[in-house]
Amino acid sequence: MNALREKARELLAAKTVQVVIGYGRGSGGSARAVFMRAPAQAAELIFDATCLQNLAVYLMKPEVRKLGKAALVATPAALRTILQLAAENQVADNSLLALAPVGEDIMPLATFAAIEAHVAAADHDLSAAEGAELGKFAAMGLEERRRFWEEQFSRCLKCYACRAACPLCYCTRCTVECNQPQWIPVPAHDLGNLEWNVMRAMHLAGRCVNCGDCSRACPVGIPLYLLNQKLISDVSSVFQARSGMAARSDNAMSTFKPNDPEDFIR
Amino acid sequence: MPDFEPKIVAFVCNWCTYAGADLTGTSRMKYSPQVSIIRFPCTGRIDFMLLLKAFASGADGIIVSGCHPNDCHYSSGNFHARRRWIIFRGLLDFLGIDVRRVQFSWYGRWGRSRATSACAAWA
Ligand code: SF4
Ligand code: SF4
Repeated sequence: MNALREKARELLAAKTVQVVIGYGRGSGGSARAVFMRAPAQAAELIFDATCLQNLAVYLMKPEVRKLGKAALVATPAALRTILQLAAENQVADNSLLALAPVGEDIMPLATFAAIEAHVAAADHDLSAAEGAELGKFAAMGLEERRRFWEEQFSRCLKCYACRAACPLCYCTRCTVECNQPQWIPVPAHDLGNLEWNVMRAMHLAGRCVNCGDCSRACPVGIPLYLLNQKLISDVSSVFQARSGMAARSDNAMSTFKPNDPEDFIR
Repeated sequence: MPDFEPKIVAFVCNWCTYAGADLTGTSRMKYSPQVSIIRFPCTGRIDFMLLLKAFASGADGIIVSGCHPNDCHYSSGNFHARRRWIIFRGLLDFLGIDVRRVQFSWYGRWGRSRATSACAAWA
């Protein structure tokens, strides 16, 4: 934590960056995002087990972009988000500084190449517990799965907090707001909840970095991570692809191989 | 339910399946009136949201059909579509929706009898 505060103070004092995006103490012991623009503020920075939010979400917000060059306290998922945003031409190389906490230390990563090397050294497979949970669903009957999701989606309020929290849901005009035709009915009613949740998952297929922020943001606790992880697992097993590993890469869903499986096509 | 008459919506590509269906008509072959055909410029345009819309509007079954691999009028629309169908089918199944309700196929222009029999199999 001291290394982090020291680094932030130094970066702001030298004007290497105009803003440091990090974690500060929120209410009830939680962590919240803080945006530091003066060296004296650096003392508020924290980094501990409560710091789960993927701060890379702010890289796409116009209000934050306006502040100038940013240094970002980046968890492994946030680092992958940066690479994924780069692959989608949303951030430029050398335009930000990632601060990766490594134990008590802090590792500044200034280029995509440095981030790539850091990301490549870690394991990004779904964890054993995540795999086991998916396996549980595969073992259920179709009807059981349908009932499970019907109940889950019936609680969706169409608040779109999951969308706002996701660093890769950055379109300025979302299909949700389109009303000619209206793809997703507006009222907080069951109607359209399945469509919305399928759409969210599908539009993130091959792009989601499994940071978990959508699930954490959902006010009614819908396990959105299950949908993401199902698609992550399919994209990896069928297309041998993984998001957020390289700053120059094709998205799994916007490319193809001539020999992709088609046993289901008659 | 002997008198169950399923509503089938067929999302088809203009260049192959639609031409095949057209030929079915001009050849005076019969196919089920329960099938509504919607013509698209390419399979690549058949977004999964359209399929969900069809289900929400009361379709019992959906046919999605386009050109064979390497036959796409725009060279790769069907390859891109195939990737999305793979992922979409997996997701539907995960959500407990019977994927047999969506039938994917490649049809050539010459496939008119196959198109007819596919429609017949549903009805
Ligand atoms: S979909 Fe959820 S888990 Fe995936 S990147 Fe977005 S917020 Fe993170
Ligand atoms: S955050 Fe939860 S309740 Fe809100 S739109 Fe997303 S899934 Fe629905």
